[in-house]
Amino acid sequence: MQKVFARPATLLETGFHFCPGCHHGIVHRLLCEMLERYNLQEKAVGVPGVGCGVFLYDYIAIDVCEAPHGRATAVATGIKRVQPDHFVFTYQGDGDLGAIGTAEVIHAANRGENFTVIFVNNSVYGMTGGQMAPTTLLGQYTTTSPAGRDSRNDGYPLHLAEMLAPLEGVAFAARVSLHTPAHVKKARRALQRAFETQLEKRGFSFMEFVSACPTNWHLTTLQSVEHIEQKMLSVFPLGIYKNTAAATVRKEGEPADALL
Amino acid sequence: MHYYDVVLSGFGGQGILLTGDVLAHAAMLEAKHVTWMPSYGVEMRGGAASCTVVVSSERIGSPFAEEPCCLFSMSKPSLFKYQGRVKKGGLLIVNTSFVDPSLITREDVKSICIPASEIAYQEVGEHKMANMVMLGTLISASGVVSLEKTEAAMEEIFSGNKKKALPQMLQAVRCGHAWHLRV
Amino acid sequence: MEKRKLMRGSIALAEGAITAGCRYYFGYPITPQNEISEHLSARLPEVGGVFIQAESEIASINMVLGAASCGARAMTSSSGPGISLMQEGLSYLAGSELPALVVNITRIGPGLGGISACQGDYWQATRGGGHGDYRLIVLAPNSVQEMHDLAIKALHLADQYRNPAMILADAILGQMMEPVNLDPPPVEIPAKPWALTGARGRKPQLVKSLYLADGEMEKHNWHMYEKYQRLQEAEVMVEMDLEEHMDLLLVSFGSCSRMVNSAVALARSRGYRVGHIRPVTLFPFPGDAIREVSRCVGKVLTVEMNTGQMWDDVRLSVYPGCQCRLLARPGGAIPSPKQILEEIEKYIKAGDLLAKSVR
Repeated sequence: MQKVFARPATLLETGFHFCPGCHHGIVHRLLCEMLERYNLQEKAVGVPGVGCGVFLYDYIAIDVCEAPHGRATAVATGIKRVQPDHFVFTYQGDGDLGAIGTAEVIHAANRGENFTVIFVNNSVYGMTGGQMAPTTLLGQYTTTSPAGRDSRNDGYPLHLAEMLAPLEGVAFAARVSLHTPAHVKKARRALQRAFETQLEKRGFSFMEFVSACPTNWHLTTLQSVEHIEQKMLSVFPLGIYKNTAAATVRKEGEPADALL
Repeated sequence: MHYYDVVLSGFGGQGILLTGDVLAHAAMLEAKHVTWMPSYGVEMRGGAASCTVVVSSERIGSPFAEEPCCLFSMSKPSLFKYQGRVKKGGLLIVNTSFVDPSLITREDVKSICIPASEIAYQEVGEHKMANMVMLGTLISASGVVSLEKTEAAMEEIFSGNKKKALPQMLQAVRCGHAWHLRV
Repeated sequence: MEKRKLMRGSIALAEGAITAGCRYYFGYPITPQNEISEHLSARLPEVGGVFIQAESEIASINMVLGAASCGARAMTSSSGPGISLMQEGLSYLAGSELPALVVNITRIGPGLGGISACQGDYWQATRGGGHGDYRLIVLAPNSVQEMHDLAIKALHLADQYRNPAMILADAILGQMMEPVNLDPPPVEIPAKPWALTGARGRKPQLVKSLYLADGEMEKHNWHMYEKYQRLQEAEVMVEMDLEEHMDLLLVSFGSCSRMVNSAVALARSRGYRVGHIRPVTLFPFPGDAIREVSRCVGKVLTVEMNTGQMWDDVRLSVYPGCQCRLLARPGGAIPSPKQILEEIEKYIKAGDLLAKSVR
């Protein structure tokens, strides 16, 4: 019998601390698959920010440097500049990247830093207990928007992939989702493109994962999947917003999702 | 112990800091202790420029000059600002091409009034070399460093792509030095 | 005399860092320290290094953190307001036990303050500055030569103790030119087996400051405390200019000590017997030296360009019963040797009266 599916060796045999239905685990697995695909385990350095993703080092068997809240892309800049041939990625949530670390990510992107940003967007602060994120949907209830996010008071959901893609230093920017197996497959392909971007030294690569946080959404796992499909994707359209690889440059007027 | 401090002052663009640099450099070549302290802060943008050079046979404490042995002044405001501080019996060197000598109020110091810009124009063909003419006068009148070491310092400072200016600069210093010996 | 070079303090410091093998600089412009970054922006590429002008001081210090985590010698420089922004990163560097050089060419505070020379960041530098139970190694040069030499020393100490080190200087030292002997000492960068160089032929490694399990953090803090004790025992640097049977002991650091040096010479020329202790390391502080010397002097005058920050440490250090006075000039004012001399005379005379009245 042929073995067609197994735990990647880089993904340590330990239980995740993530809640049931959370998508962080899938992102971790995809990262490990890709590290192994390109044989990067021995030359990779991961930089988790502060949030549910901070324990990356408990699950992925590579060198890891913990970054202060929001500063992962600055820390990664230091690492990549010292070791330009290592594979460097940050792992950040919507608070870490979209709120406190916005300046750092924009400038790292604008410098065209040749590393990959993994951005997990679940539209809520998970680790601190369900507060409003910059990506929280309008009307979404959180512990700090108890009447639902109101644009008059709280502004609007921040679209990071769309914001970063036009910057000249950005070589790759995509938004993917993980709520169905088909979407996971597309996400894997996009992640592969992001890895290639860095390996080919083309510049900054950005991967936004629309993810579920059933605990802080107060939904079941299945309801969360529906929530992504029905509520989130219209606000956060999936697609490859930029890819400087010659064959896949997005044409004028072409929808981003056609490239996924 | 030998100790000598000079305040060099004037407008930005007159080469005040550079003059101090040459003086400090020459002192270093004479194996002396030396500090060069520029004015910084609001003065930098206000158009005034000054620096203090302290030369000593011993280790130098304060790089500032409360009562300088010498004031080297190339502008009216700087004369007003600093002449009251010059040590009794000290030296005051004023560029009278820019500053009316009747503005000198100190009678207990030795005043040297030199039309440095005119001399620079006549002798070197460049009135902007007035600072170097005055430097020649300063070293001659004070003896703080020798002409030889001053020239050696200039050769080190004006090297590489700055070498073009060297002959004129050297000539200007020599003119100022000779002018003082004549008067 | 060996070949000397006339240099500005900022440039001498930058060259010292290069001599010590520092090849990574990350910084954000702020007066009065821009000469350091301007110089390094040209010099580092020449020696195969990297210079990045970051988007903020917050980013700068975290770039330093990233570079340090790979084992590289890295530095940043700034002034008061920028150093305040770096406190978060400094706390993380200390907590993660990463070496780094941070240069503070201070300005006047609080707030935007002013750009003249001032020593108002003593507390911030020596008390850690950021959150948590940690210390910075703090070196306070008082000459252009020391700007160069202590930059080298700071990078060595940072590596040796795996702790960020700070050069605390000011615009006087940054702007001033003095002759410098640049004879480079041999550079020995210690092995850094903890560095994140990729998990090749070894287990994956981790640089972190988060410890959530029971007791872990207390253990970590005691471990760091023990390190600071070792620093206190082995790395104190102090300059002492003492006499027999002194009437008065002066204590000052950094640029201010230059004015005190002049005042001491003036006082001695007038027959006063005065001594001067200059802490070169502000942490570890030379408390033992001050205690020993003050024991036979009885009167200590601290001179500072702030409202009396190091005075705290002096008062903690002096021999019990010793009198402690302060001559303070905050806000960019520089105490002149003459003013210090007047204070010395006043204190010595007042001290005699006081001693008599006690008897």
